[in-house]
Amino acid sequence: MSAPHTEPVTAPESAGEAELAAYNFAYLDEQTKRMIRRAILKAIAIPGYQVPFASREMPMPYGWGTGGVQVTAAIIGPEDVLKVIDQGADDTTNAVSIRAFFQKVAAVRATTHTADATIIQTRHRIPEHTLKEGQVLVYQVPIPEPLRFLEPRETETRKMHALEEYGLMHVKLYEDIARHGRIATTYAYPVKVHGRYVMDPSPTPKFDNPKMHRSEALQLFGAGREKRIYAVPPHTDVVSLDFEDHPFEVQQFDRPCALCGATHVYLDEVVLDDRGGRMFVCSDTDYCETRQAEGHVGEMLATSEREAAE
Amino acid sequence: MSDMPLLKVRSLSKFYGNRIGCHDVGFDLWPGEVLAIVGESGSGKTTLLNCLSTRLMPSTGDVQYRMRDGDYRDLYRMSEAERRVLMRTDWGFVHQNPADGLRMTVSAGANVGERLMAVGNRHYGRIRATASEWLSRVEIETDRIDDQPRAFSGGMRQRLQIARNLVTSPRLVFMDEPTGGLDVSVQARLLDLVRGLVSDLGLSAIVVTHDLAVARLLSHRMMVMKGGHVIEHGLTDRVLDDPREPYTQLLVSSILQV
Ligand SMILES: Nc1ncnc2c1ncn2[C@@H]1O[C@H](COP(=O)(O)OP(=O)(O)OP(=O)(O)O)[C@@H](O)[C@H]1O
Ligand SMILES: [Mg+2]
Ligand SMILES: [Zn+2]
Repeated sequence: MSAPHTEPVTAPESAGEAELAAYNFAYLDEQTKRMIRRAILKAIAIPGYQVPFASREMPMPYGWGTGGVQVTAAIIGPEDVLKVIDQGADDTTNAVSIRAFFQKVAAVRATTHTADATIIQTRHRIPEHTLKEGQVLVYQVPIPEPLRFLEPRETETRKMHALEEYGLMHVKLYEDIARHGRIATTYAYPVKVHGRYVMDPSPTPKFDNPKMHRSEALQLFGAGREKRIYAVPPHTDVVSLDFEDHPFEVQQFDRPCALCGATHVYLDEVVLDDRGGRMFVCSDTDYCETRQAEGHVGEMLATSEREAAE
Repeated sequence: MSDMPLLKVRSLSKFYGNRIGCHDVGFDLWPGEVLAIVGESGSGKTTLLNCLSTRLMPSTGDVQYRMRDGDYRDLYRMSEAERRVLMRTDWGFVHQNPADGLRMTVSAGANVGERLMAVGNRHYGRIRATASEWLSRVEIETDRIDDQPRAFSGGMRQRLQIARNLVTSPRLVFMDEPTGGLDVSVQARLLDLVRGLVSDLGLSAIVVTHDLAVARLLSHRMMVMKGGHVIEHGLTDRVLDDPREPYTQLLVSSILQV
């Protein structure tokens, strides 16, 4: 987060961008940014607590992560380097659009390298490369309320948070075990933050939950439609809920990445052909490409290299 | 029974605007005692029960509850947090309509286990074993533990609601027409069950009913309400066998004619 820049962006690059160029730096006006920053500061002061904020219309639909976009817009400065990922990839439509948006309205540098970014906006994943002090991870959140599943009344869920009545979260996990023999929740797995508030890291896979625990980076969560911001400050305890006899576990993959050979990373299944061919590769594309560039070779690449040599 | 009342109620009134809900009610409830509140429709039974159980703020009066440590606390001077802890540990509330007291979309086991989890139990196996024990205690086959109450009959739902309330060994249970929506034969079985549990566990209970047979079977003492006032109050056998108030005599005679 570098110092906020208050000059309006001038000199549109092309006629088509004239309308965006008429907006303030990072799209939002300064008053809105201040409002969002106040919400962020409050969220940092009360880790895991959902702070209401006056979510603004953004020039994209809600499903596109308007909450995350507003948080990023409120904290980004001209010196920042932005990375945007969706399902771990930098090149999906959603990620490309959001990155292009900030390049236009804030003229910031963009990167796909986790280590080079100062702000990483994400939907679904936490990068495999361990985040460091000074980095900010901004999550796009669709449903911020972890208690919503069993208690639809907002007045009641607020009271439950206020009074720390979290028995319901375990009811949900109990149901999982009763039905599947184990805790089958794999995404949006509830956590307790700083020993106090229960929080939904939605919609990241539970594989990433341990990365949130005492991370050096600042983690900010924005829910646009639901008008909530919450935060996990650096070095904060983030503990996944579980039972003594059914402890929290992350997904295990029984093979390494087919492209870079990485183990202990989150893998996506990729269908290769219509004859049932498939492979498992890193969901974090930057991580995978970096490893390949360093000379790591997974099974699939090794095979195709052998074939090329023959 | 101990020598100190569990609940001390003084000058309790509730007005809905100009309308009387209940007026100037006072009594003591003793440990292990079952009190029935009877009266015709609209006489103020539910209003009184809700004021006693802190589900409804009374207009005037006070209610003192003897905590487990022996101290009396004014229910309406407690913080909401303390009150809610009391309600889910030391008290039970059985609604006439089981859907109001159950989570209809989670399993029977989770319905019973919820209070245990709420007070910090974190061992799945033990929570499940306790839930299973309670299901058999209220005569629900333990192989129904993973079924949702949606798949249960009215009588089973009501028994499940009772198990869900009793699992934390409360000392006081409030019941509003617990047999209200049930067939006569189902009612009889439920009443037997409730009577057995209350005496086995040494529970105190306040039971609202318009059915004098329910009051006869379950309660030690009863209060008769009319127009928001308690017009007669005494040992159940005395009130039913020798009613003093003309209105109570009418009530009693109409049931005897059935
Ligand atoms: N929320 C309310 N607002 C206004 N008046 C109410 C409200 N609830 C109850 N009353 C009135 O208070 C009086 C007592 O009602 P209450 O529901 O306590 O009676 P009851 O004895 O439980 O009746 P029933 O046997 O029909 O359940 C009635 O005149 C009723 O119309
Ligand atoms: Mg009533
Ligand atoms: Zn890889």
